[in-house]
Amino acid sequence: MSALAAPAPPHAGSDRRAPSRGIVAMLAVIVAESAIFAIFVVAYVFYIGKSLSGPTPRQVLEIPYFNTVCLLSSSITIWLAERSLKRASTRSATRSAMRAFTAWWACTALLGAIFLAGTALEWRKLIYQDGLTVRTNLFGTTFYSLVGLHASHVIIGLIMLSFVLIFALTGKLHPQHRHRVEVLALYWHFVDAVWVVVFTVVYVIGR
Amino acid sequence: MADSTLPVDRPMELPGDLPGEQPGFTWLETLHTWVTTVDHKKLGLMYIGYALIFLLVAGVEALLMRVQLMVANNHFLSPEVYNRLFTMHGTTMVFLVGMPFIIGFANYLVPLMIGARDMALPRLNAFSFWMTALGGFFLYYSFLGAVGLQGAGSAPDTTWWGYAPLTERAFSRGHTMDYWALALVMSGIGTIGAAVNVIATVFCMRCKGMTLFRMPLLVWLNLTTAGLILVTISPLTAAQIMLLIDRYLGGHFFDSQAGGSPVLWFHFFWIFGHPEVYVLVLPAFAIANEVIPTFSRKAIFGYPAMVAASAGIAFISLGVWAHHMFTVGMSAPGNAFFVLSTGLVGVPTGIKIFNWIATMWGGKIRFTVSMMFAVAFVAQFLLAGLTGIMLSMAPWNWQLHDTYFVVAHFHYVLVGAIVFCIFSGLYYWFPKMTGKLLSERLGKWHFWLFVLGFHMTFDFMHIPGLLGMPRWIYTYQPGFGWEKWNILVGVGAFVQGIAILLFSFNMVRSYLKGAEAGPDPWDAWTLEWATSSPPPPYNFAIEPVVASRRPLWDQKHPEDPDWRYE
Repeated sequence: MSALAAPAPPHAGSDRRAPSRGIVAMLAVIVAESAIFAIFVVAYVFYIGKSLSGPTPRQVLEIPYFNTVCLLSSSITIWLAERSLKRASTRSATRSAMRAFTAWWACTALLGAIFLAGTALEWRKLIYQDGLTVRTNLFGTTFYSLVGLHASHVIIGLIMLSFVLIFALTGKLHPQHRHRVEVLALYWHFVDAVWVVVFTVVYVIGR
Repeated sequence: MADSTLPVDRPMELPGDLPGEQPGFTWLETLHTWVTTVDHKKLGLMYIGYALIFLLVAGVEALLMRVQLMVANNHFLSPEVYNRLFTMHGTTMVFLVGMPFIIGFANYLVPLMIGARDMALPRLNAFSFWMTALGGFFLYYSFLGAVGLQGAGSAPDTTWWGYAPLTERAFSRGHTMDYWALALVMSGIGTIGAAVNVIATVFCMRCKGMTLFRMPLLVWLNLTTAGLILVTISPLTAAQIMLLIDRYLGGHFFDSQAGGSPVLWFHFFWIFGHPEVYVLVLPAFAIANEVIPTFSRKAIFGYPAMVAASAGIAFISLGVWAHHMFTVGMSAPGNAFFVLSTGLVGVPTGIKIFNWIATMWGGKIRFTVSMMFAVAFVAQFLLAGLTGIMLSMAPWNWQLHDTYFVVAHFHYVLVGAIVFCIFSGLYYWFPKMTGKLLSERLGKWHFWLFVLGFHMTFDFMHIPGLLGMPRWIYTYQPGFGWEKWNILVGVGAFVQGIAILLFSFNMVRSYLKGAEAGPDPWDAWTLEWATSSPPPPYNFAIEPVVASRRPLWDQKHPEDPDWRYE
């Protein structure tokens, strides 16, 4: 049999490295999530200025500069954490690199928590001072839905960040878990990137 | 056989092989293995079994409606029950029959065809299945649990697209719409999970030598479908969340009293709803792409064109949704855009039909039941496409919108194309899944009865549509010339019902006492036939290495392997 198949079949490179399952799956999740956000953004944009009663965005919304800076810089800290973990897996100075990872990771979670607390304060002001709820008008419905959808993603991200932080603090996290951490970091970058869109739509275009 | 290694003979028996069939297991242990399984084959079979059960349920719902419509002024069903039946029939058929069937086939076949041992994310796979399953049970629980307008148990009754504002709390009191929306969100999460898994599997789990352009077309089409699911099901999930915000939190997304726009729901729903047709039909094409070459004894004609056409259909399908909305009152440029984009779908679809015919052309065709269903599919799909082009013309659509012509058109696609392909696939892969061949004799009865019933029902259904019979009416006055057509349609529906019962009987009987299939009953060429039937839990004892699109051909014909020509 082997004598007949004289020319060896042309295989693709024998050592093909398949991409990471986690990264591919997370990218697919991000595509799906983007579609969900896109629908909410379309609804928000479609209803700008169509509320039949007040309050309007210009009357009650304040631009959350501090929050935005916190959330966006958390993308940088998580990248620094990832880099430390990568260094921990290659260099001999594993322990210090792991400490750097834990520190940057804790920073990321903290910045995420600050963002969430800022959103909570903003909502408290809107509800109790300005009387804006989901029921009030179309602005309320679309605002709480879109910002709330994003905030719920931040909450999910924070829960997962906290798990990793606990594992890191209790010494259960090792450099070989790097690829899983990268998957989570990818999700966090997505959450940050979506905020850029939400911020632009809600606080720049819609206001 | 330079370095193509294919484990055709089952090389080893591991303990724990197919635990369900080992004599030492009690039924409780068997049940436990199925409930806790993360094996792609078991999950695939559960998806298919689940779809078959709901196919029977939705079929009964359709029959009840046809009985009601057979004569004018009938009082077999009350208007309320009739509304629930067409809503549940549509929702069930799309979400609990069509989707689980195609995902079940993808689950079962994609890893086998690319030489993998499981899906990329087995636990996500189990999670997706159970989400889909719970969504279905949740929807049907509404018959018991949802308090409807009459205070009694009730099911959703606002059609399968649930147009706002009918679904708002003011017009749909009780919890029927909540069950509907939540059930679709749940099964939607399951579907998205399954799509994520297919994508990760195809990109990360291919065996050695399985480049993207050596993948069987079924895998290609399921990959395309998975990508389409990500951007299609998500808008539905988003819209259902908005509906739930309206219903539970008093939001105003679709509430026209507060400035909300029901038309926005139309758009959101059809942004999901039209690509959904392609989510269902592309995997049906995928089945035909495997069955037709095998039984024509020829490699598929125009493989790269088929891949490109699939991607083209998926892409174009995202821009055609508003052809469901010509009567809503869009601007003239809007109408023109959606007329043209809809017409454009015909181009890649035409390429596919020509390629299937070219595959059969000059082939040594074996008319097994599977092949008969595939051939009938090609012919019927062509007709379904032609009425589709008629309906895509806005003026024609204005005339026939919401008539039985539309119902006949989309049932021609959903039954004449998709259900026929599913039957074709079941006859083709049943031997692989169970190790037993389905009876060809009963299968031919099934085929001819089903073809007869299908054409009686759906050919004649066009005519009352042209005569102006609207959809969703629970009864009608005599004298419009609709009666005789409705009798024929109803009789055809019962013929189809008998055919499906025959098929169910065939499955049970063949499973119990059918002929042994052996690993490769059809002399086919893709990798799933290289392992035993049913495959062991690990699929392949040795990871296969492939050198062409038809690895088993290379192995069976080492003097003339495919890789010389590709």
